[in-house]
Amino acid sequence: MNNIKVALIGTPNVGKSTIYNALTKNHEHTGNWAGKTVDFTKGECIYNNTKYTFYDLPGTYSLISKSEEETIATDFIWSQNFDVAVVVCDATSLEKGINLVFQTEEICHKVVVCVNLIDEAKKKGIHINTNLLSKNLNLPVITTSAKDKVGLEKLLVAIQNASEKDYLNIDYGPLEPKINDIITEINPTTQNKKWIALRILDNNNHYLDKFNTENLLNLGPKTKEAKTSLANVDISLEIVMHLMKEIKIKLKNVITYQKLNYNSRERKIDKILTSKIWGIPIMLLFLFLIFYLTIIGANYPSDLLFKFFSSLEDNLTNLLNFFSLPHAIIDLLVNGVYKTLYWVVSVMLPPMLIFFPLFTFLEDLGVLPRIAFNMDRAFNKCQACGKQALTMCMGIGCNAVGVTGARIIDSKRERMIAILTNVFMPCNGKFPTLIAIITMFFVGLSNKYGSLLCALILTGFIFLGILVTFLVSYLLSITLLKGEKSSFTLELPPYRMPKILSTITYSLKNRAIFVLSRAVKVAIPAGIVIWLIANISINGNLLLHYLSNFLNPFGKLLGLDGVVILALLLGFPANEIVIPALLMCYLKTSSLIDFESYAVLKNILVLNGWTIKTAICFLILMMFHYPCSTTILTIKNETKSNKFTLLAFILPCLIGISLCLLINLIF
Amino acid sequence: MITLNTINFNDTVIIKNITGEETLKRRLLDLGFIPESKVTCLLISPFKDPKAYQINNNLIALRNIDAKNIEVEYE
Repeated sequence: MNNIKVALIGTPNVGKSTIYNALTKNHEHTGNWAGKTVDFTKGECIYNNTKYTFYDLPGTYSLISKSEEETIATDFIWSQNFDVAVVVCDATSLEKGINLVFQTEEICHKVVVCVNLIDEAKKKGIHINTNLLSKNLNLPVITTSAKDKVGLEKLLVAIQNASEKDYLNIDYGPLEPKINDIITEINPTTQNKKWIALRILDNNNHYLDKFNTENLLNLGPKTKEAKTSLANVDISLEIVMHLMKEIKIKLKNVITYQKLNYNSRERKIDKILTSKIWGIPIMLLFLFLIFYLTIIGANYPSDLLFKFFSSLEDNLTNLLNFFSLPHAIIDLLVNGVYKTLYWVVSVMLPPMLIFFPLFTFLEDLGVLPRIAFNMDRAFNKCQACGKQALTMCMGIGCNAVGVTGARIIDSKRERMIAILTNVFMPCNGKFPTLIAIITMFFVGLSNKYGSLLCALILTGFIFLGILVTFLVSYLLSITLLKGEKSSFTLELPPYRMPKILSTITYSLKNRAIFVLSRAVKVAIPAGIVIWLIANISINGNLLLHYLSNFLNPFGKLLGLDGVVILALLLGFPANEIVIPALLMCYLKTSSLIDFESYAVLKNILVLNGWTIKTAICFLILMMFHYPCSTTILTIKNETKSNKFTLLAFILPCLIGISLCLLINLIF
Repeated sequence: MITLNTINFNDTVIIKNITGEETLKRRLLDLGFIPESKVTCLLISPFKDPKAYQINNNLIALRNIDAKNIEVEYE
């Protein structure tokens, strides 16, 4: 079968990933959090007996930019490891897209233009003459509305029929003679000398390093002379101006506007969301609403799952007895593995399945960039970047994704701050634990407004997390990560109504699989370890007692006990297993009480000496302790520094420990 | 010459020049802040900084200190 490799290129927010997902039916993300593409993903589809391999590159405004965020896209295109480049443009803002088309044509032989969001343009009264555009550009132009899967087959046909063309030759006016001078000093076998010469002229160090390592250059006096003679010319401005001139010519008569003022409703919404008085309260309200819906929605299914799984426990024991397995093994499997597994599934699954579609909905709607816009001033004061608000939002989903997402921040110093502070946003794996403790100790189990109150307290905890983020960001930027503030530019994309049904089914499918597979991968080994600790005895004393007694003085210092510390240590692979570990240690497995409801749970905790103070200290330490192992690995990958990875581990521990010490001292 | 950060809410101006440090300039050009383009100040954040500007149908948020690098003129 014929195989065509296709690179998907596009500016941010044009629905490139929607096209990719619709074509490949591949819903895999780099992390487990839907949203921004920060690394490229690969997916396949088969159409008309041809295999298409798609590479979804992160959004980029330009291929000649020097920003780090965009190097993944530019490096991939420079590698030329594909056959056809599809440039996805936004029909409501075509100039920007065509700019990228030109830049792509300058280094790719086969280019297809995909004008997406055509439905949105129609609604806004923007008409695009596709035939004229295709003629002017001398390229195939396909209009799509990826959200509704319109035009995708045509796109596949166009990719198959894309013809080879010479590199686009744009007239750069006064730069041209100098470009020709430099070309004479580029190795003669090198392809696309003009483009290379342009990068030499505008001093693009990222590419210059590449050219040098690939031995493409043989620069001498002529290049030096060309550069000195242009010393007073603003090269990048010159290049952009000539590109723009060409774009204006090619887009002449292509776009007609029927309605003016089509944005007025959007502007009204924006004005409220970013208003001086309401901007911040509305953002907190959004957060509160999400938690509230998650809590009330998860209660019932959680209960149901709990009851279902615990009712199976006896059957499982009988079944294992039937195979006449040794008693210890049965105990390990039922009380160790099975209990941990069903705790994770029944307590974690329902909230995640409600939280994720809600959050994805807000994200798809375009609310998150507005949050970053509102909060930037505070980050600015901390010498950090407003986009950190976006990575914090991602962190609420999953810290590992928040850490990867920090790539959207250009300045290395500010990115480090965002990575190191991401863990202060409690991730999804911590929510159910926080909710459980808040419900048991602060709201009361029979409170009529329990869910409401619980959501409020949880929002308060997030608020505390935000405050700590600001404080630590500030402290880092005056100590370890001292440096200049960098610039902040952020596009506020138009509001887009997400497809509600597909958001829900997508989240359900992906979250369910993710949570279940994680439960199996983490809960099973954790269940075994916990059971072993609770059952192996040395000199007549349980290993659990040795460990918890050893940790007890430290735990007592923090207003807790050794078992809690042990549970948090056992929770290093995943925060989800902290509570089951805690309970198993308290129950020491032999007592065999089922923890099928909050009431029983609270009982167990109170019997082990828990008071309101213990609960507060536990919540604080749950919020502020080392990131889970996945996040730590991601931090190591992203920072490429042992020092910062260690710091990311120690920093939240220090904060949690000192807060608990403080509470313990005061009360 | 006035700079973009000083214009009032809802004012429309024409960009004359982009100055300043190379990385920021490059980014501004990529986002469409190009000489002779029209730009309107459409949103002001709760703490007055940053502000969002409409350019070529896109809404772009800039900090005042960065918008200072964009020299503009009223029509």
